[in-house]
Amino acid sequence: MAAQPLTEKDAIITVENLEFLYGDFKAVDGISFTVKKGEIFSFLGPNGAGKSTAINVLITLLALQKGKASVAGYDVTKDPQKVRESIGIVFQEITLDRDMTVWESLEFHGKLYSMPHADRRKRIEELLTLVQLENKRDVRTKHLSGGMKRRLEIARGLMTRPKVLFLDEPTIGLDPQTRMRMWDYIKDVNKEGTTIFLTTHYMDEADQLSDQISIIDNGKIIISGTSWELKNTLGQDIIYLETSDNDAAIQLIRNLSSVKDITSKTRGFLISVNEDGTKVLPMIMECLHNAEISIDTVNLKKPSMDDVFVYYTGKEIRDEPIGKSAFISLRPGGH
Amino acid sequence: MNYGFVNIYWRDMIRFVRFRTMLFSSLLQPALWLAFFGIAMSSSFDSLMIGVPIPPGAHAVGYLTFMAAGIIAMTTLFTCLFGGMIILFDKNWGLMREILASPMPRDHVIIGIGLSGMTKSFIQAIIIMVFGILIGAGFFVGFSAVQIAIAVLGILVFVAVFALGFLFLSAGIAISMETPEGMQGIMTLLTMPIFFASNALYPLNAFPEFLKVISTYNPMTLLINGIRYFAIGDDFVAMGTHYVYTTNDILLSFGGLVVFALIMYVFACWRFNKAVVT
Repeated sequence: MAAQPLTEKDAIITVENLEFLYGDFKAVDGISFTVKKGEIFSFLGPNGAGKSTAINVLITLLALQKGKASVAGYDVTKDPQKVRESIGIVFQEITLDRDMTVWESLEFHGKLYSMPHADRRKRIEELLTLVQLENKRDVRTKHLSGGMKRRLEIARGLMTRPKVLFLDEPTIGLDPQTRMRMWDYIKDVNKEGTTIFLTTHYMDEADQLSDQISIIDNGKIIISGTSWELKNTLGQDIIYLETSDNDAAIQLIRNLSSVKDITSKTRGFLISVNEDGTKVLPMIMECLHNAEISIDTVNLKKPSMDDVFVYYTGKEIRDEPIGKSAFISLRPGGH
Repeated sequence: MNYGFVNIYWRDMIRFVRFRTMLFSSLLQPALWLAFFGIAMSSSFDSLMIGVPIPPGAHAVGYLTFMAAGIIAMTTLFTCLFGGMIILFDKNWGLMREILASPMPRDHVIIGIGLSGMTKSFIQAIIIMVFGILIGAGFFVGFSAVQIAIAVLGILVFVAVFALGFLFLSAGIAISMETPEGMQGIMTLLTMPIFFASNALYPLNAFPEFLKVISTYNPMTLLINGIRYFAIGDDFVAMGTHYVYTTNDILLSFGGLVVFALIMYVFACWRFNKAVVT
């Protein structure tokens, strides 16, 4: 029975009512979700939301307490050995021996998974090229930069051609450039057929990378869907305007029924609307035109993942105010 | 058949060879013990023993010869008790997550660490024997080459089982601990009684009764019995004490060590199966 997939063909991870307690503290509170074969699935949530705990149960480092979970068709409780053979993992913290070389780290990993000698050596060469560490082969990992360490860990996670690659906060602490390159690697890996399960607290990471996103907070999944679906559920758009007379314009627009809120900015103002912005914007423009107020700049955008997150959890994930980043992204030409 | 333990062994030996200071200090330390403690004590003890009658058939050996066997055991004990430390470091800062989430059976970590620690102990034991003989320990006196080979092999087999026992103990403790300081504390606590309640540096016969019982079954004493039997012989006098080892005594000592190592292996497996590293 163990060899038979427990789930439907296209689901590679299924989780039902998963609960995990540390003493009295409920870290994971009855979550259920499915990850389809071949997709990139993200758990998006603040630190301490229960993402890592959930991932640790799925990769069999923590024993399942309540609920059901299967990975690659194998039950994590009944068949942990098979689960371990089917997955690759990149841990949240750097998990490298500082005093082993890049090549030794990969060799060690391949042996841990009983890869045949020839396969192992060949795969190491391929992966070193993929993550651009060919010329670091004999360098001890303590001499690598943060980004290189991460790349090495991703390469290590891919040594065994896993069915599912788990990435726990893969770009934490990396500079923006390195992060973008990392995303490219992850996408490449995904294109080759590996399902990716990712946790992150970076909005843009979830947004850019994932086919499916589940927002998780306080151990619960709050909402799931594609990035587009999530943003669309807000049913709101944000319009940025700069006009010849901002104060008068604000007075006029405030009375329109579909306008929810107006925020003044240095050179213009932000309007958030309750209805489809593509329909509201012409109304606003006509209204201003009739009042003989000329429009210098206009920008319409869908709410970002940040907006979605704030909407559903009632709190901001980052320290910096959302308004600031929204404003920056709304600057003319800034999107 | 999974050969995961070979991998663990390979990695631990890489580290052993790579850390030159660790390598040299671990090799130098027993030699220093022998040189300073051995030479100093033997000159005072041997002068006390002059005139003590020697039973017929037995031969008298100097203190240096007597304690060199103890130093082999002591070095093995220290090396092996700390041999599991790498597991604690891996648990806190390194590879243990990767290892525990891999399909490799967990007991292979224990076996791999055991075998690499055993290899280190072999190297140390041989160095002490060579150095001891150089500075005057009466090991293998009057032995033929074949006898020496057998004797060395016998010593190494004893050292192997003893080393594995303490490495398993060390691994089991390491995987259960949170900090290196805590581990250090426990190890220091263990070292003292194991070392001093043994016949490493002095004979047991003057001990109070209860201590004598403990010391007789101390794995350290069992190992030293084996080393003295193979290195010195089955009938000798040292420190005014007449030592006679029968084949049975030696088999019992060896059996005791095997039982000890097996119990420690079970202990380590139990600790590893309980271990949660996230």
